[in-house]
Amino acid sequence: MSEPLLAVDSVTKLYPGGRIGCRDVSFNLYPGEVLGIVGESGSGKSTLLNCLSAKMEPTAGSIRFDTRAGGLTDIFSLSEPERRLLMRTDWGIVHQNPRDGLRMGVSAGGNVGERLMAVGARHYGNIRAEALDWLTQVEIPEDRVDDRPRDFSGGMQQRLQIARILVSQPRLVFMDEPTGGLDVSVQARLLDLLRGLVRSLGLAAVVVTHDLAVVRLLADRLMVMKDGDVVEAGLTDQVLDDPHHPYTQLLVSAVLQV
Amino acid sequence: MTPTSVLQVENLSKTFTLHTQGGVRLPVFADVSFTVGPGECVVLSGPSGSGKSTLLRSLYANYLPDAGHIRARHGGGWVDMVRAEPREILAVRHETMGYVSQFLRVIPRVPTLDVVAEPLLSQGTGQNEAEARAKTLLARLALPERLWSVPPATFSGGEQQRVNIARSFVRSYPILLLDEPTASLDQANRETVVALITEAREAGTAIVAICHDAPVRDAIATRLFDVTEFAAAA
Repeated sequence: MSEPLLAVDSVTKLYPGGRIGCRDVSFNLYPGEVLGIVGESGSGKSTLLNCLSAKMEPTAGSIRFDTRAGGLTDIFSLSEPERRLLMRTDWGIVHQNPRDGLRMGVSAGGNVGERLMAVGARHYGNIRAEALDWLTQVEIPEDRVDDRPRDFSGGMQQRLQIARILVSQPRLVFMDEPTGGLDVSVQARLLDLLRGLVRSLGLAAVVVTHDLAVVRLLADRLMVMKDGDVVEAGLTDQVLDDPHHPYTQLLVSAVLQV
Repeated sequence: MTPTSVLQVENLSKTFTLHTQGGVRLPVFADVSFTVGPGECVVLSGPSGSGKSTLLRSLYANYLPDAGHIRARHGGGWVDMVRAEPREILAVRHETMGYVSQFLRVIPRVPTLDVVAEPLLSQGTGQNEAEARAKTLLARLALPERLWSVPPATFSGGEQQRVNIARSFVRSYPILLLDEPTASLDQANRETVVALITEAREAGTAIVAICHDAPVRDAIATRLFDVTEFAAAA
Protein backbone atom coordinates (compact mmCIF):
# COMPACT_ATOMS: atom_id res chain seq x y z
CA MET A 1 0.00 0.00 0.00
CA SER A 2 0.94 3.67 -0.21
CA GLU A 3 3.38 5.50 2.05
CA PRO A 4 2.06 7.21 5.17
CA LEU A 5 1.53 10.96 5.07
CA LEU A 6 2.46 11.32 8.72
CA ALA A 7 4.62 8.83 10.62
CA VAL A 8 4.64 9.26 14.39
CA ASP A 9 7.08 7.16 16.36
CA SER A 10 7.24 6.92 20.19
CA VAL A 11 6.45 10.57 20.80
CA THR A 12 6.81 11.62 24.42
CA LYS A 13 6.44 15.12 25.80
CA LEU A 14 7.50 15.87 29.37
CA TYR A 15 6.87 19.24 30.95
CA PRO A 16 9.28 20.86 33.41
CA GLY A 17 9.26 18.96 36.68
CA GLY A 18 8.75 15.69 34.83
CA ARG A 19 4.97 16.07 34.43
CA ILE A 20 3.82 13.87 31.57
CA GLY A 21 2.14 15.53 28.59
CA CYS A 22 1.91 12.46 26.41
CA ARG A 23 3.88 9.25 26.46
CA ASP A 24 5.13 6.87 23.80
CA VAL A 25 2.56 7.63 21.10
CA SER A 26 3.05 5.96 17.70
CA PHE A 27 0.84 5.81 14.62
CA ASN A 28 0.89 6.18 10.86
CA LEU A 29 -1.67 8.36 9.11
CA TYR A 30 -2.37 7.68 5.44
CA PRO A 31 -3.68 10.04 2.74
CA GLY A 32 -7.43 10.44 3.07
CA GLU A 33 -7.54 8.98 6.56
CA VAL A 34 -9.20 10.80 9.47
CA LEU A 35 -7.88 10.04 12.95
CA GLY A 36 -9.88 11.05 16.02
CA ILE A 37 -8.19 11.57 19.39
CA VAL A 38 -10.53 11.54 22.38
CA GLY A 39 -10.00 11.85 26.09
CA GLU A 40 -10.95 14.15 28.94
CA SER A 41 -9.23 17.43 29.83
CA GLY A 42 -5.65 16.76 30.84
CA SER A 43 -5.44 13.44 29.00
CA GLY A 44 -2.66 14.76 26.78
CA LYS A 45 -4.61 15.05 23.54
CA SER A 46 -3.88 18.76 23.09
CA THR A 47 -0.21 18.25 23.96
CA LEU A 48 -0.02 15.56 21.30
CA LEU A 49 -1.76 17.80 18.74
CA ASN A 50 0.66 20.62 19.53
CA CYS A 51 3.60 18.27 18.92
CA LEU A 52 2.12 16.89 15.69
CA SER A 53 1.49 20.37 14.32
CA ALA A 54 5.06 21.47 15.16
CA LYS A 55 4.02 24.01 17.78
CA MET A 56 5.91 22.14 20.49
CA GLU A 57 8.95 19.93 20.17
CA PRO A 58 8.55 16.50 21.80
CA THR A 59 11.04 15.39 24.47
CA ALA A 60 11.59 12.11 22.63
CA GLY A 61 10.44 10.33 19.50
CA SER A 62 10.00 11.46 15.91
CA ILE A 63 7.28 12.99 13.75
CA ARG A 64 7.83 12.68 10.03
CA PHE A 65 5.70 14.22 7.28
CA ASP A 66 5.72 13.26 3.61
CA THR A 67 6.98 16.56 2.16
CA ARG A 68 6.58 17.23 -1.55
CA ALA A 69 10.32 17.81 -1.92
CA GLY A 70 11.93 15.14 0.21
CA GLY A 71 9.44 12.43 1.16
CA LEU A 72 9.14 11.48 4.84
CA THR A 73 11.08 14.17 6.72
CA ASP A 74 11.37 14.86 10.44
CA ILE A 75 9.40 18.08 10.89
CA PHE A 76 11.80 19.34 13.55
CA SER A 77 14.78 18.92 11.22
CA LEU A 78 13.27 21.49 8.85
CA SER A 79 14.43 25.08 9.02
CA GLU A 80 12.01 27.64 10.45
CA PRO A 81 11.12 29.09 6.99
CA GLU A 82 10.58 25.58 5.59
CA ARG A 83 8.28 24.74 8.48
CA ARG A 84 6.33 27.98 8.03
CA LEU A 85 5.90 27.22 4.34
CA LEU A 86 4.59 23.76 5.24
CA MET A 87 2.05 25.32 7.59
CA ARG A 88 0.84 27.70 4.89
CA THR A 89 0.54 25.10 2.16
CA ASP A 90 0.32 21.41 3.01
CA TRP A 91 -1.07 21.84 6.52
CA GLY A 92 -4.14 23.51 7.88
CA ILE A 93 -4.98 24.08 11.51
CA VAL A 94 -8.59 24.59 12.57
CA HIS A 95 -8.52 26.28 15.97
CA GLN A 96 -11.25 25.80 18.53
CA ASN A 97 -11.63 29.55 18.78
CA PRO A 98 -11.99 31.02 15.26
CA ARG A 99 -10.35 34.22 16.54
CA ASP A 100 -7.07 32.31 16.72
CA GLY A 101 -7.28 31.34 13.08
CA LEU A 102 -8.79 34.45 11.50
CA ARG A 103 -7.81 38.07 11.08
CA MET A 104 -10.79 39.73 12.66
CA GLY A 105 -10.24 43.14 11.08
CA VAL A 106 -10.00 41.87 7.50
CA SER A 107 -13.05 41.06 5.34
CA ALA A 108 -14.21 37.45 4.93
CA GLY A 109 -13.03 37.43 1.32
CA GLY A 110 -9.73 38.93 2.40
CA ASN A 111 -9.23 36.25 5.03
CA VAL A 112 -9.55 33.57 2.37
CA GLY A 113 -7.65 35.47 -0.34
CA GLU A 114 -4.74 36.16 1.99
CA ARG A 115 -3.88 32.45 2.23
CA LEU A 116 -3.84 32.27 -1.57
CA MET A 117 -1.56 35.29 -1.81
CA ALA A 118 0.75 33.71 0.76
CA VAL A 119 1.35 30.85 -1.65
CA GLY A 120 2.00 33.17 -4.57
CA ALA A 121 -1.37 33.99 -6.20
CA ARG A 122 -1.30 37.54 -7.57
CA HIS A 123 -4.24 37.98 -9.99
CA TYR A 124 -6.95 39.83 -8.05
CA GLY A 125 -9.85 38.52 -10.16
CA ASN A 126 -8.77 34.90 -9.76
CA ILE A 127 -8.19 35.29 -6.05
CA ARG A 128 -11.62 36.83 -5.54
CA ALA A 129 -13.32 34.17 -7.65
CA GLU A 130 -11.64 31.36 -5.76
CA ALA A 131 -12.36 32.98 -2.40
CA LEU A 132 -16.03 33.28 -3.40
CA ASP A 133 -16.12 29.65 -4.45
CA TRP A 134 -14.79 28.52 -1.07
CA LEU A 135 -17.13 30.79 0.85
CA THR A 136 -20.03 29.19 -1.05
CA GLN A 137 -18.73 25.72 -0.21
CA VAL A 138 -18.78 26.55 3.48
CA GLU A 139 -22.25 28.10 3.07
CA ILE A 140 -21.37 31.74 3.67
CA PRO A 141 -23.76 33.91 1.60
CA GLU A 142 -22.14 35.92 -1.17
CA ASP A 143 -23.44 39.21 0.23
CA ARG A 144 -21.35 38.72 3.40
CA VAL A 145 -18.01 38.50 1.56
CA ASP A 146 -16.99 42.06 2.32
CA ASP A 147 -18.07 41.93 5.97
CA ARG A 148 -15.54 41.40 8.73
CA PRO A 149 -15.60 38.18 10.71
CA ARG A 150 -16.14 40.08 13.97
CA ASP A 151 -19.69 40.73 12.71
CA PHE A 152 -20.28 37.00 12.04
CA SER A 153 -21.96 34.50 14.32
CA GLY A 154 -19.74 31.88 15.99
CA GLY A 155 -20.79 29.16 13.57
CA MET A 156 -20.14 31.37 10.56
CA GLN A 157 -16.72 32.37 11.91
CA GLN A 158 -15.84 28.71 12.26
CA ARG A 159 -16.93 27.99 8.68
CA LEU A 160 -14.89 30.96 7.47
CA GLN A 161 -11.84 29.62 9.29
CA ILE A 162 -12.32 26.33 7.47
CA ALA A 163 -12.59 28.06 4.07
CA ARG A 164 -9.40 30.00 4.84
CA ILE A 165 -7.58 26.76 5.48
CA LEU A 166 -8.95 24.68 2.64
CA VAL A 167 -8.31 27.29 -0.05
CA SER A 168 -4.61 26.44 -0.13
CA GLN A 169 -5.52 22.76 -0.66
CA PRO A 170 -3.74 21.28 2.34
CA ARG A 171 -3.04 17.56 2.48
CA LEU A 172 -3.29 17.35 6.26
CA VAL A 173 -5.65 19.24 8.53
CA PHE A 174 -5.41 19.43 12.33
CA MET A 175 -8.64 20.21 14.15
CA ASP A 176 -8.80 21.12 17.84
CA GLU A 177 -12.37 20.78 19.15
CA PRO A 178 -13.77 22.08 15.83
CA THR A 179 -17.32 22.24 17.19
CA GLY A 180 -16.50 23.35 20.73
CA GLY A 181 -18.43 26.39 21.91
CA LEU A 182 -21.11 26.13 19.21
CA ASP A 183 -24.83 25.49 19.63
CA VAL A 184 -25.92 21.93 18.97
CA SER A 185 -27.82 22.83 15.78
CA VAL A 186 -24.84 24.82 14.47
CA GLN A 187 -22.54 21.93 15.39
CA ALA A 188 -24.61 19.51 13.32
CA ARG A 189 -24.39 21.75 10.27
CA LEU A 190 -20.64 22.25 10.68
CA LEU A 191 -20.01 18.54 11.18
CA ASP A 192 -22.07 17.67 8.16
CA LEU A 193 -20.12 20.20 6.12
CA LEU A 194 -16.75 18.96 7.40
CA ARG A 195 -17.73 15.37 6.71
CA GLY A 196 -18.66 16.20 3.11
CA LEU A 197 -15.47 18.21 2.54
CA VAL A 198 -13.18 15.63 4.10
CA ARG A 199 -14.69 12.91 1.90
CA SER A 200 -14.84 14.87 -1.35
CA LEU A 201 -11.34 16.37 -1.03
CA GLY A 202 -9.76 13.17 0.27
CA LEU A 203 -8.21 15.11 3.16
CA ALA A 204 -6.21 13.47 5.89
CA ALA A 205 -7.07 14.92 9.27
CA VAL A 206 -6.33 14.64 12.96
CA VAL A 207 -9.35 15.67 15.02
CA VAL A 208 -8.98 16.23 18.75
CA THR A 209 -12.23 16.36 20.70
CA HIS A 210 -13.94 15.18 23.85
CA ASP A 211 -17.20 14.74 21.89
CA LEU A 212 -17.73 11.11 20.83
CA ALA A 213 -20.48 12.08 18.37
CA VAL A 214 -17.95 14.21 16.47
CA VAL A 215 -15.51 11.35 16.02
CA ARG A 216 -18.26 8.88 15.12
CA LEU A 217 -19.28 11.12 12.27
CA LEU A 218 -15.84 12.26 11.10
CA ALA A 219 -13.12 9.80 12.07
CA ASP A 220 -12.14 6.51 10.39
CA ARG A 221 -10.12 5.50 13.39
CA LEU A 222 -9.78 6.49 16.98
CA MET A 223 -7.19 6.83 19.73
CA VAL A 224 -8.40 7.07 23.32
CA MET A 225 -6.03 8.90 25.68
CA LYS A 226 -5.84 8.92 29.44
CA ASP A 227 -3.13 10.50 31.63
CA GLY A 228 -0.85 10.94 28.62
CA ASP A 229 -1.11 7.35 27.38
CA VAL A 230 -3.02 5.92 24.44
CA VAL A 231 -5.15 3.29 26.19
CA GLU A 232 -7.09 2.02 23.19
CA ALA A 233 -6.95 2.51 19.43
CA GLY A 234 -8.70 1.12 16.40
CA LEU A 235 -11.56 1.44 13.95
CA THR A 236 -13.90 4.17 15.22
CA ASP A 237 -17.15 2.19 15.32
CA GLN A 238 -15.37 -0.82 16.85
CA VAL A 239 -13.81 1.20 19.67
CA LEU A 240 -17.13 2.94 20.41
CA ASP A 241 -19.41 -0.12 20.09
CA ASP A 242 -17.10 -2.74 21.61
CA PRO A 243 -14.74 -0.83 23.91
CA HIS A 244 -12.21 -3.02 25.73
CA HIS A 245 -10.30 -0.72 28.07
CA PRO A 246 -12.02 0.18 31.36
CA TYR A 247 -11.59 3.89 30.67
CA THR A 248 -13.10 3.65 27.16
CA GLN A 249 -16.05 1.70 28.56
CA LEU A 250 -16.59 4.40 31.14
CA LEU A 251 -16.32 7.12 28.50
CA VAL A 252 -18.81 5.43 26.16
CA SER A 253 -21.28 4.55 28.92
CA ALA A 254 -21.19 8.14 30.21
CA VAL A 255 -22.74 9.48 27.01
CA LEU A 256 -26.42 10.31 27.37
CA GLN A 257 -28.61 8.67 24.76
CA VAL A 258 -30.88 11.11 22.96
CA MET B 1 -11.48 -20.29 -11.26
CA THR B 2 -14.30 -19.37 -8.90
CA PRO B 3 -13.30 -19.57 -5.26
CA THR B 4 -15.17 -22.19 -3.23
CA SER B 5 -15.56 -19.78 -0.34
CA VAL B 6 -15.36 -16.03 0.10
CA LEU B 7 -15.76 -15.90 3.87
CA GLN B 8 -13.95 -18.23 6.28
CA VAL B 9 -14.59 -18.12 10.01
CA GLU B 10 -12.13 -20.14 12.05
CA ASN B 11 -12.18 -20.88 15.81
CA LEU B 12 -13.79 -17.55 16.61
CA SER B 13 -14.39 -16.72 20.28
CA LYS B 14 -15.88 -13.70 21.97
CA THR B 15 -16.33 -12.74 25.61
CA PHE B 16 -17.42 -9.32 26.81
CA THR B 17 -15.72 -8.01 29.95
CA LEU B 18 -17.69 -5.25 31.63
CA HIS B 19 -15.19 -3.20 33.59
CA THR B 20 -17.82 -0.73 34.71
CA GLN B 21 -19.76 -3.61 36.31
CA GLY B 22 -16.90 -4.89 38.45
CA GLY B 23 -15.26 -6.85 35.65
CA VAL B 24 -18.17 -9.21 34.93
CA ARG B 25 -17.32 -11.57 32.10
CA LEU B 26 -20.01 -12.50 29.60
CA PRO B 27 -18.89 -15.34 27.34
CA VAL B 28 -20.86 -15.35 24.08
CA PHE B 29 -19.45 -18.02 21.81
CA ALA B 30 -16.29 -20.08 21.47
CA ASP B 31 -14.56 -21.88 18.61
CA VAL B 32 -17.04 -20.96 15.91
CA SER B 33 -15.97 -22.16 12.45
CA PHE B 34 -17.84 -22.06 9.16
CA THR B 35 -17.36 -20.95 5.57
CA VAL B 36 -19.66 -19.25 3.10
CA GLY B 37 -19.38 -19.52 -0.65
CA PRO B 38 -20.72 -17.40 -3.52
CA GLY B 39 -24.45 -17.89 -4.01
CA GLU B 40 -25.00 -19.22 -0.50
CA CYS B 41 -27.26 -17.71 2.15
CA VAL B 42 -26.39 -18.88 5.64
CA VAL B 43 -28.99 -17.93 8.23
CA LEU B 44 -27.75 -17.85 11.83
CA SER B 45 -30.26 -19.55 14.09
CA GLY B 46 -30.79 -19.68 17.83
CA PRO B 47 -32.95 -17.86 20.36
CA SER B 48 -32.46 -14.21 21.31
CA GLY B 49 -29.30 -13.74 23.33
CA SER B 50 -27.51 -16.72 21.78
CA GLY B 51 -24.93 -14.48 20.13
CA LYS B 52 -26.17 -14.20 16.55
CA SER B 53 -25.86 -10.42 16.43
CA THR B 54 -22.48 -10.49 18.17
CA LEU B 55 -21.25 -12.96 15.55
CA LEU B 56 -22.64 -10.92 12.65
CA ARG B 57 -21.15 -7.70 14.03
CA SER B 58 -17.81 -9.46 14.48
CA LEU B 59 -17.86 -10.47 10.80
CA TYR B 60 -18.17 -6.78 9.94
CA ALA B 61 -15.41 -5.90 12.45
CA ASN B 62 -17.85 -3.76 14.40
CA TYR B 63 -17.05 -6.03 17.36
CA LEU B 64 -13.58 -7.39 18.05
CA PRO B 65 -13.40 -11.14 18.86
CA ASP B 66 -10.83 -12.37 21.41
CA ALA B 67 -9.50 -15.22 19.32
CA GLY B 68 -9.81 -16.80 15.90
CA HIS B 69 -9.92 -15.54 12.33
CA ILE B 70 -12.46 -14.07 9.93
CA ARG B 71 -11.00 -14.16 6.48
CA ALA B 72 -12.78 -12.24 3.76
CA ARG B 73 -11.91 -12.65 0.09
CA HIS B 74 -10.97 -9.13 -0.98
CA GLY B 75 -9.34 -7.88 -4.18
CA GLY B 76 -7.76 -11.22 -5.06
CA GLY B 77 -6.40 -11.82 -1.56
CA TRP B 78 -7.67 -12.46 1.95
CA VAL B 79 -8.14 -9.94 4.75
CA ASP B 80 -8.45 -11.13 8.36
CA MET B 81 -11.12 -8.85 9.80
CA VAL B 82 -9.90 -9.66 13.34
CA ARG B 83 -6.38 -8.37 12.78
CA ALA B 84 -6.43 -6.01 9.79
CA GLU B 85 -5.56 -2.32 10.05
CA PRO B 86 -8.53 0.08 10.18
CA ARG B 87 -7.93 1.27 6.62
CA GLU B 88 -7.88 -2.31 5.31
CA ILE B 89 -11.18 -3.03 7.08
CA LEU B 90 -12.67 0.15 5.64
CA ALA B 91 -11.51 -0.92 2.17
CA VAL B 92 -13.23 -4.30 2.63
CA ARG B 93 -16.42 -2.55 3.76
CA HIS B 94 -16.21 -0.18 0.83
CA GLU B 95 -15.66 -2.74 -1.91
CA THR B 96 -16.47 -6.20 -0.66
CA MET B 97 -18.73 -6.44 2.35
CA GLY B 98 -22.12 -4.78 2.78
CA TYR B 99 -24.10 -4.68 6.01
CA VAL B 100 -27.79 -4.05 6.53
CA SER B 101 -28.54 -3.22 10.14
CA GLN B 102 -31.95 -2.96 11.70
CA PHE B 103 -31.49 0.73 12.14
CA LEU B 104 -30.44 3.52 9.85
CA ARG B 105 -27.71 5.74 11.21
CA VAL B 106 -29.09 9.00 9.95
CA ILE B 107 -26.81 11.56 8.38
CA PRO B 108 -28.30 14.99 9.06
CA ARG B 109 -29.44 17.09 6.11
CA VAL B 110 -28.77 14.51 3.39
CA PRO B 111 -31.90 13.76 1.27
CA THR B 112 -33.08 10.15 0.99
CA LEU B 113 -32.27 9.84 -2.71
CA ASP B 114 -28.66 10.92 -2.05
CA VAL B 115 -28.37 8.53 0.89
CA VAL B 116 -29.36 5.66 -1.41
CA ALA B 117 -27.27 6.78 -4.40
CA GLU B 118 -24.14 7.42 -2.33
CA PRO B 119 -22.68 3.87 -2.43
CA LEU B 120 -22.88 3.96 -6.24
CA LEU B 121 -21.31 7.43 -6.48
CA SER B 122 -18.44 6.46 -4.22
CA GLN B 123 -17.88 3.47 -6.49
CA GLY B 124 -17.50 5.80 -9.46
CA THR B 125 -20.93 5.46 -11.08
CA GLY B 126 -22.10 8.66 -12.81
CA GLN B 127 -24.59 10.96 -11.08
CA ASN B 128 -27.46 10.29 -13.52
CA GLU B 129 -27.16 6.53 -13.51
CA ALA B 130 -26.73 6.42 -9.73
CA GLU B 131 -29.88 8.50 -9.23
CA ALA B 132 -31.84 6.44 -11.74
CA ARG B 133 -30.93 3.21 -10.01
CA ALA B 134 -31.66 4.66 -6.58
CA LYS B 135 -35.10 5.78 -7.81
CA THR B 136 -35.88 2.37 -9.30
CA LEU B 137 -35.06 0.67 -6.02
CA LEU B 138 -36.97 3.15 -3.83
CA ALA B 139 -40.00 2.71 -6.11
CA ARG B 140 -39.68 -1.06 -5.89
CA LEU B 141 -39.64 -0.81 -2.10
CA ALA B 142 -42.78 1.36 -2.33
CA LEU B 143 -41.30 4.38 -0.59
CA PRO B 144 -43.57 7.31 -1.58
CA GLU B 145 -41.91 9.58 -4.12
CA ARG B 146 -42.69 12.71 -2.06
CA LEU B 147 -40.21 11.42 0.58
CA TRP B 148 -37.25 11.04 -1.77
CA SER B 149 -36.07 14.63 -1.41
CA VAL B 150 -36.46 14.62 2.40
CA PRO B 151 -33.70 13.50 4.79
CA PRO B 152 -34.83 10.21 6.40
CA ALA B 153 -34.36 11.47 10.00
CA THR B 154 -38.11 11.94 10.54
CA PHE B 155 -39.23 8.73 8.79
CA SER B 156 -41.05 5.87 10.51
CA GLY B 157 -39.11 2.73 11.44
CA GLY B 158 -40.36 0.83 8.39
CA GLU B 159 -39.54 3.71 6.04
CA GLN B 160 -36.05 4.08 7.46
CA GLN B 161 -35.46 0.37 7.12
CA ARG B 162 -36.46 0.48 3.47
CA VAL B 163 -34.03 3.36 2.88
CA ASN B 164 -31.37 1.25 4.57
CA ILE B 165 -32.18 -1.75 2.39
CA ALA B 166 -32.25 0.34 -0.78
CA ARG B 167 -28.84 1.77 0.13
CA SER B 168 -27.37 -1.70 0.55
CA PHE B 169 -28.92 -3.30 -2.53
CA VAL B 170 -28.32 -0.40 -4.94
CA ARG B 171 -24.94 -1.93 -5.72
CA SER B 172 -23.75 -5.50 -5.48
CA TYR B 173 -21.32 -6.75 -2.86
CA PRO B 174 -19.47 -10.08 -2.98
CA ILE B 175 -20.41 -10.54 0.70
CA LEU B 176 -23.57 -9.26 2.34
CA LEU B 177 -24.49 -9.34 6.04
CA LEU B 178 -28.16 -8.89 6.96
CA ASP B 179 -29.39 -8.24 10.51
CA GLU B 180 -33.18 -8.70 10.58
CA PRO B 181 -33.71 -7.12 7.16
CA THR B 182 -37.49 -7.50 7.30
CA ALA B 183 -38.12 -6.78 11.00
CA SER B 184 -40.39 -3.75 10.72
CA LEU B 185 -41.83 -4.26 7.23
CA ASP B 186 -45.34 -5.15 6.07
CA GLN B 187 -46.11 -8.28 4.06
CA ALA B 188 -45.74 -6.70 0.58
CA ASN B 189 -42.40 -5.12 1.43
CA ARG B 190 -41.18 -8.32 3.03
CA GLU B 191 -41.79 -10.09 -0.27
CA THR B 192 -39.87 -7.39 -2.14
CA VAL B 193 -36.91 -7.77 0.23
CA VAL B 194 -37.00 -11.57 -0.12
CA ALA B 195 -36.88 -11.08 -3.90
CA LEU B 196 -33.93 -8.66 -3.62
CA ILE B 197 -32.02 -11.08 -1.39
CA THR B 198 -32.72 -13.98 -3.73
CA GLU B 199 -31.60 -11.99 -6.77
CA ALA B 200 -28.35 -10.99 -5.04
CA ARG B 201 -27.69 -14.58 -4.02
CA GLU B 202 -28.39 -15.93 -7.50
CA ALA B 203 -25.98 -13.32 -8.87
CA GLY B 204 -23.26 -14.83 -6.67
CA THR B 205 -23.31 -12.83 -3.45
CA ALA B 206 -22.39 -14.75 -0.30
CA ILE B 207 -24.94 -13.88 2.39
CA VAL B 208 -24.98 -14.29 6.16
CA ALA B 209 -28.27 -13.30 7.76
CA ILE B 210 -30.16 -13.11 11.03
CA CYS B 211 -33.87 -13.53 10.52
CA HIS B 212 -36.47 -14.46 13.13
CA ASP B 213 -39.37 -14.39 10.67
CA ALA B 214 -39.82 -18.09 9.76
CA PRO B 215 -41.41 -17.68 6.29
CA VAL B 216 -38.71 -15.18 5.24
CA ARG B 217 -36.00 -17.41 6.66
CA ASP B 218 -37.30 -20.43 4.76
CA ALA B 219 -37.47 -18.38 1.59
CA ILE B 220 -33.90 -17.05 1.68
CA ALA B 221 -31.79 -19.66 3.52
CA THR B 222 -29.72 -22.21 1.66
CA ARG B 223 -28.34 -23.39 5.02
CA LEU B 224 -28.95 -22.80 8.71
CA PHE B 225 -26.11 -22.36 11.16
CA ASP B 226 -27.01 -22.97 14.78
CA VAL B 227 -25.08 -20.59 17.03
CA THR B 228 -26.26 -22.25 20.28
CA GLU B 229 -23.93 -25.18 19.63
CA PHE B 230 -21.01 -22.83 20.25
CA ALA B 231 -22.25 -21.24 23.46
CA ALA B 232 -19.25 -20.52 25.66
CA ALA B 233 -19.17 -21.74 29.24
CA ALA B 234 -19.32 -18.95 31.79
